[in-house]
Amino acid sequence: MAQTFAEKVLARKAGLDRVSPGQIVEIKPDVVLSHDNTAPIYGLFQRMGGEKVHDPDMHAVILDHATPAPSTKHAENHRIIRDFVREQGIRNFFDIGKGICHQLLVESGLALPGEVVLGSDSHTPHAGVMGAFAAGIGRTEMASIWAVGELWLRVPESLKITVTGQLGEGVTSKDLALAVIGDLKADGALYMSVEWHGEAVQELPLSQRATLTNLMAEMGAKNSYIPPDQKVFDYLKDRAQREYEAVYPDPDGAYAGEVEYDARDIEPMVACPHTVDNVKPLSEVRGVRIDQAFLGTCTNGRLDDLAAAAAVLKGRKIAEGSRMIVIPASEEVYLAALQAGYLETFLKAGAVVESPGCGPCMGNHMGVPAVGEVSISTANRNFQGRMGTKESEVYLASPVVVAASAVAGVIESPANL
Amino acid sequence: MSEIKGRVWKYGDNVNTDVIFPGKYTYTVSDPGEMPQYALEDLDPDFARGVKPGDIIVGGTNWGCGSSREQAVVCLSEAKLGAIIAKSFARIYYRNCLNNALPAIPCPEAVDAIQKDEQVSIDLEAGIITCQAGEFTFPPLPEAVMEIFNAGGLIPYTKNRLAEMK
Repeated sequence: MAQTFAEKVLARKAGLDRVSPGQIVEIKPDVVLSHDNTAPIYGLFQRMGGEKVHDPDMHAVILDHATPAPSTKHAENHRIIRDFVREQGIRNFFDIGKGICHQLLVESGLALPGEVVLGSDSHTPHAGVMGAFAAGIGRTEMASIWAVGELWLRVPESLKITVTGQLGEGVTSKDLALAVIGDLKADGALYMSVEWHGEAVQELPLSQRATLTNLMAEMGAKNSYIPPDQKVFDYLKDRAQREYEAVYPDPDGAYAGEVEYDARDIEPMVACPHTVDNVKPLSEVRGVRIDQAFLGTCTNGRLDDLAAAAAVLKGRKIAEGSRMIVIPASEEVYLAALQAGYLETFLKAGAVVESPGCGPCMGNHMGVPAVGEVSISTANRNFQGRMGTKESEVYLASPVVVAASAVAGVIESPANL
Repeated sequence: MSEIKGRVWKYGDNVNTDVIFPGKYTYTVSDPGEMPQYALEDLDPDFARGVKPGDIIVGGTNWGCGSSREQAVVCLSEAKLGAIIAKSFARIYYRNCLNNALPAIPCPEAVDAIQKDEQVSIDLEAGIITCQAGEFTFPPLPEAVMEIFNAGGLIPYTKNRLAEMK
């Protein structure tokens, strides 16, 4: 019988011929991801009676959420994690400034086609850009995997999104993802495996595809997947840390839902306060005054995001009374942006460029808004209080719209500068 | 454990983990016992002050969406909340509830019927919610998951399993 991607991968990992949605399977993941929450997870692991982790090579530990440490308390948290990875012999450890966990899993060739990635972070579905089955889990279950090497998963129903045509000038995968979330809403893919198909998706570079899989967390998805093609295999050529075998869904698999989009119908979109599914066309939001523009995060902090924003900012200045923060998603991106001259463009425009990491995305540090302020950001979440105070508003948009808004001091399209 | 009885705190759809337990506390508040004082801080400041053991949260669709942060469950389980009844749950939140032995019950009909502040009782084993509007039934947990729940959560469950493996 024909199977979806999630069914095929989970059956293979569980050692079964086939599985059906709703079935509970016990599987050993190929990669487990934890970040600054590694220390509290270690505490839970010890409460379970754990001493040595089941398989140190399964771990990827990445410091990104509050790096470099903004307080002694955060620094203590980092210290515990450094001790932990040393004592446990964990090789895949990325200390401060190396980048955001989801970006690093991809760059370092740890997220591979056909593999299972479980992460104690809700945006773990990001890794589906490489054709992996990648899902977020909680801290206690992460501790349990460290102890016994396995976890139960419910086989998800699957949603198939097919995008035909090609995105127009100035329209990005961020706009496509926001349009879909606006249509299907925050619970539109609850518990589901979301597969992206169609020529518009295949046309996109990997960095733009990653924005799609990353944002499916905001639709309630368990994981999101893009069929790996030659672009993925070429990218992994000198990066993959293991042999891998790509998995593809059968064309006639049983999907719980199928939706189709024509990329030519997609226009620049903005998610308005305070939910990601409160999506409006840019044309309806233009003119909203902004205090801060933030370019970065796992959603849109990659080289071509920075390149597109730099093209908007070249020869221009951030508006009087507004400010802009730029945070490359990784050291690799930072270096490439430096060499390409993008960082110079940002600095000359009056932006602040900070070291790789999550930055102010979840309100920890490095540019949180004041009470009453309005931000426009390339991130994936705009919930009330997300950036530190519930008395502020966050709009989400593509890198070019964020850059144009920084220049205009109001939400604006680059075409109107 | 099988009989839960308490006052209802009723909320809407898509209540996310940032309003249940704000992100700014995720690396500064690490003692589970301290978490209840921040519960629902950005949604309902009265909750942390007024919640009593056994009380029941009733939410709409997609309760607990957003971040995977488990503190958004622990701040409620540590407050000895009796259960959460919702139209639907975000999946990581739902897993976190089961793993912390906090009953998470999807039951849209009951959510529509239950009024705020009323007294509700839940029989977990029988799968029955009793409120002023009547009785509502809900399906039991899958067997594999029930074992974790009955062990008192994933910490004791894994502890037992690890001891057996040794």
